[in-house]
Amino acid sequence: MSGNLDRLTEKQYSTMAASKEGKSKLWKDCLMAFLIGGLICLIAQGIKDFLLSGFFAENVYAFDEEGAAAITTLIMVFLGAFLTAINVYDNIGRIAGAGSIVPITGFANSIVSPAMEFRSEGHILGVGAQMFIVAGPVLVYGTSAAVLVGLIYFLLH
Amino acid sequence: MAQKIGRQTYRIEKPVYVKNAASVVGPREKAGPLGKYFEEWEDEDFGEDTWEKGESRFVGAALTSLLTKENVSSDAIDCVLSGDLENQCTASSCGLKNSNIPYFGVFGACSTMGESLALGSLLVDGGGFHNVICMTSSNFCAAEKQFRFPMELGGQKPPTAQCTVTGAGAILLTDTVCKTRVTHVTPGIIENYQIKDANNMGAAMAPACASTVKAHFTDTGRTAADYDLIVTGDLGILGSTLFREIMDIHGYPVSNHKDCGELIFDPHTQDTFSGGSGCGCSAVVLASYILREMNQGRWNRVLFVATGALMSPVSVKQGDPILGIAHGVVLENG
Repeated sequence: MSGNLDRLTEKQYSTMAASKEGKSKLWKDCLMAFLIGGLICLIAQGIKDFLLSGFFAENVYAFDEEGAAAITTLIMVFLGAFLTAINVYDNIGRIAGAGSIVPITGFANSIVSPAMEFRSEGHILGVGAQMFIVAGPVLVYGTSAAVLVGLIYFLLH
Repeated sequence: MAQKIGRQTYRIEKPVYVKNAASVVGPREKAGPLGKYFEEWEDEDFGEDTWEKGESRFVGAALTSLLTKENVSSDAIDCVLSGDLENQCTASSCGLKNSNIPYFGVFGACSTMGESLALGSLLVDGGGFHNVICMTSSNFCAAEKQFRFPMELGGQKPPTAQCTVTGAGAILLTDTVCKTRVTHVTPGIIENYQIKDANNMGAAMAPACASTVKAHFTDTGRTAADYDLIVTGDLGILGSTLFREIMDIHGYPVSNHKDCGELIFDPHTQDTFSGGSGCGCSAVVLASYILREMNQGRWNRVLFVATGALMSPVSVKQGDPILGIAHGVVLENG
């Protein structure tokens, strides 16, 4: 083998490096993801229940189930984007992990954060071109999977 | 002219001295355990509208600080060797664009301070240069943007990850007598141990570091006991453990070892995982803490080994291993 370290093979080193590696705090991370992810969902549910409550029906507009769900999604996306813009969402993400990535607020964060980061490269090649560097794969494979599952569903029925 | 001894080491014949050094760091570095050694600090963006321009300002500020300390004009400097982590080393070139000093851009990833110091010493030793500035920089935000994810993206990092140091360090080498001199340089060879995890640079660099230190010991006939301190660049907590274990395996135990990546942050209070990294890490620690302590006589013979992970975002995505490199320089009082 090449190099100066004649008493260390690749295989030996790979075992050595793996044994010294610190491990992520799995239980703590899972618990925080559950709590904060759950809190985000709880907030969304609260908003939806409020929209469906008598308050709107009496004063403004009566939402049906579907309309309330759509408006709730819009509000959650706005909140995710807003918290990203004021430099808060990344701090939530550091503690919550998947708990703040999986809900739709995380999706908003994944699009707004590159848009902010690449703003310095201009609106076309910066914001426009780089906006989906994180969310792009989710959209591509999410849409593809939906088409595939839809096709299977169509053939089965 | 430098004298080659053994396979990789060069003994500096004409005395090359470290005249002075300067560093400018970011807020997290200033708040860290070495904070009191850093005289100047600025926010990551240095008041500019982009991280990249901010990093260039760190480069310019470190140079200005060094020239001001020495009270010399740029005309007195024969050349500056500088490098950084930005694409095509633009932080260095943009930061030095108004310096009017002949400029060599160098790249050795995070080992660049070792590389520029080694090359600078050889230039003064045999190349007819009298005053050479060796410097490097890195910026946490610019590095995150280029190598990882946008700053505001919420997510977690594994404990093996390291945190890029924001800052620039500059050292003035000269041929007129000063307290500390450069006596040997040991340029490193590339070591490949098939590490592919970009969040585990410490493991990728540790074998290269051990390779250079072992070569240095073999070439010079010295051991760790001949040094007051062996200081490595940015192996971090994990990398340092691996480095010492590899040295043990090869029969060169290293007990007097410190790592700039471990020294610069407190992982418990600063959320910096395995420690600091980046070209600026070893540069600012050497230019402030190490050289000042040497000047005060705490250490008289120090082996400085800057370590680097040779990779790019493209090479990592294409599944290529992260190559390690390390360059050693011996600093000695008297």
